[in-house]
Amino acid sequence: MGSFELGGRTYQTDEDGYLVNIEEWSKEVGEYLAKEEGLEMTESHWEVINFLREYYEEYKIAPMIKILVKAIAKKLGTEKGNTKYLYDLYPEGPAKQACKIAGLPKPTGCV
Amino acid sequence: MSQYKSSNIDYSFPKKGWMDTPVEFKQGMFCHGSKPKDLEAVGFPNPREWSSKDKDWKIPANWKEIVLNGMKERLDKYRSFKLFMDICVRCGACADKCHFYIGTGDPKNMPVLRAELLRSVYRKYFTLSGKLFGKLAGARELTEDVLKEWWYYFYQCTECRRCSVFCPYGIDTAEITMIGRELLNLLGLNTNWIAGPVANCYKRGNHLGLEPHTYKSQIEFLLDEIDTLTGIKIEPTFNRKGAEILFVTPSGDVFAEPGTYTAMGYLMLFHELGLDYTWSTYASEGGNFGFFTSNEMGKRLNAKIYAEAKRLGVKWILGGECGHMWRVINQYMDTWNGPADFLEEPVSPITGTRFENAKSTKFVHIAEFTADLIRHNKLKLDPSRNDNLKVTFHDSCNTSRGMGIFEEPRYVMKNVCNNFYEMPEDTTREKTFCCGSGSGLNATENMEIRMQGGFPRANAVKYTQEKYGVNMLANICAIDRAAFPALMDYWVPGVGVTGVHELVANALVIKGEKERTTNLRGESLKLATEITEVTEKN
Repeated sequence: MGSFELGGRTYQTDEDGYLVNIEEWSKEVGEYLAKEEGLEMTESHWEVINFLREYYEEYKIAPMIKILVKAIAKKLGTEKGNTKYLYDLYPEGPAKQACKIAGLPKPTGCV
Repeated sequence: MSQYKSSNIDYSFPKKGWMDTPVEFKQGMFCHGSKPKDLEAVGFPNPREWSSKDKDWKIPANWKEIVLNGMKERLDKYRSFKLFMDICVRCGACADKCHFYIGTGDPKNMPVLRAELLRSVYRKYFTLSGKLFGKLAGARELTEDVLKEWWYYFYQCTECRRCSVFCPYGIDTAEITMIGRELLNLLGLNTNWIAGPVANCYKRGNHLGLEPHTYKSQIEFLLDEIDTLTGIKIEPTFNRKGAEILFVTPSGDVFAEPGTYTAMGYLMLFHELGLDYTWSTYASEGGNFGFFTSNEMGKRLNAKIYAEAKRLGVKWILGGECGHMWRVINQYMDTWNGPADFLEEPVSPITGTRFENAKSTKFVHIAEFTADLIRHNKLKLDPSRNDNLKVTFHDSCNTSRGMGIFEEPRYVMKNVCNNFYEMPEDTTREKTFCCGSGSGLNATENMEIRMQGGFPRANAVKYTQEKYGVNMLANICAIDRAAFPALMDYWVPGVGVTGVHELVANALVIKGEKERTTNLRGESLKLATEITEVTEKN
């Protein structure tokens, strides 16, 4: 367990730095988590984060990468809907890094 | 992954006896502790915030009494446990059979010594010689350090049972680990990677916690992929009462690559057969992580599959490619929740074959089901569609040592692939080496032990890669499919991971399908053939 302070509030994180309570997430929290990952957030980064959060809102789990790629291709065009584009934005992997910044929990089980 | 130290195995003789060598928690060798919300969800004891890295594990003040009472209760309840505590002669036949000992060189990973961690405490409190002579009789006090040692090493055992194959007394070390974990569980000492899926499965029906609409949408995504590949629109049913067969598979198959290709395989096969079956969003998990915490929890999670079969009024259950699911079904279910007399003895509606081996559980393994279809010539297959692959097969520990499935998956693969090669015989069938990540050890934070424990298996795969050019490792277990990609990338780069039914679906000629230009993964069939030809010429 860990925590960080931001704007006078304390946020709990798990051992891997993931936000414990997803409802505490805000854009500022996302920016803080991105900074921890050494990422400079651009509009393109936020497009992915926003999609992840919308998906989570509906399905209560982070999407598998293939679904993410396909959905982004549909919404933003094929030049963005591919694995390379996502890895360029999030070098540690969209599943790991982008989900963390979006405040989503990590899936567990046979994955 | 270069940060792992996996190649530095130290087999040197320890400086002191094992009782005088305190446990040292090494980075990357253990999992995060369980979260209070997950323990609360199923009513497990002592839910609280704690970290396995801290000195204070926040266990109850009377912890010793709880553990010793728990031990007494189990010694009375399970004759196997009492027997396994008493009969070991410490011959050491098991010592070098364990993948964790081979991979780490840590003496406490010898199955005999791992069991001795518990046995020494048993002697101290439950045998006369241990009470009188203490250390001389191999007995020792139960202390907090001993407890931590248990936790560290019972979560460095995958309950794979390879050691048991070589034990002249037939001691099942997995059952010792299981009791060890049960005792730890009485104090709330579980891991996050196990307790999380257990809570999810209890609350939502599967380890991943996929809600019904999510589960359905995942499968719809796979159907869309199948449509793109074959031009065939498949419409499976969910939670349908009156279906002949209930199909149950690990949730990893519908959610995580490369298992999703195996799930596409099931969907395509059942469509081609016109099988009268249904998926369930309630019994949406074949696996049973409860089995990795306690007997009672395993039983509770297993019960829902049968409750759902009863509710839907199906005749029997068909099960997907999973490992420990089958150890549970084949060796525990019958006394936990069986016999399932309200179901019928399974008969294949396509071939009329009666699966007598599933007489009591009414649960048929898909490898048997498909092998029977091929045997009766019920499938049109084009194995050349797998010609880009050179395949070897990993016998999953639980399906091989837990139920003796050896021939069926091989028979299927030899019919759907032209290039199939075996690993060395000391590493296959009942002597198969574990993936190193079974029994709930497939987390990320313990990657070091996963790579070390998986080394013997990877080494055998490397042999087939060097000798035959193998580039694909097939298996019939969802933990394998989740765990092997990292292991192969680390030890045997260039070898992919697949389920058997992905290979079946690649080869399956479906009525009315368009010409296939790619395999299930979207890799060009033509290109793959040309590449192979060019490579062979060179």
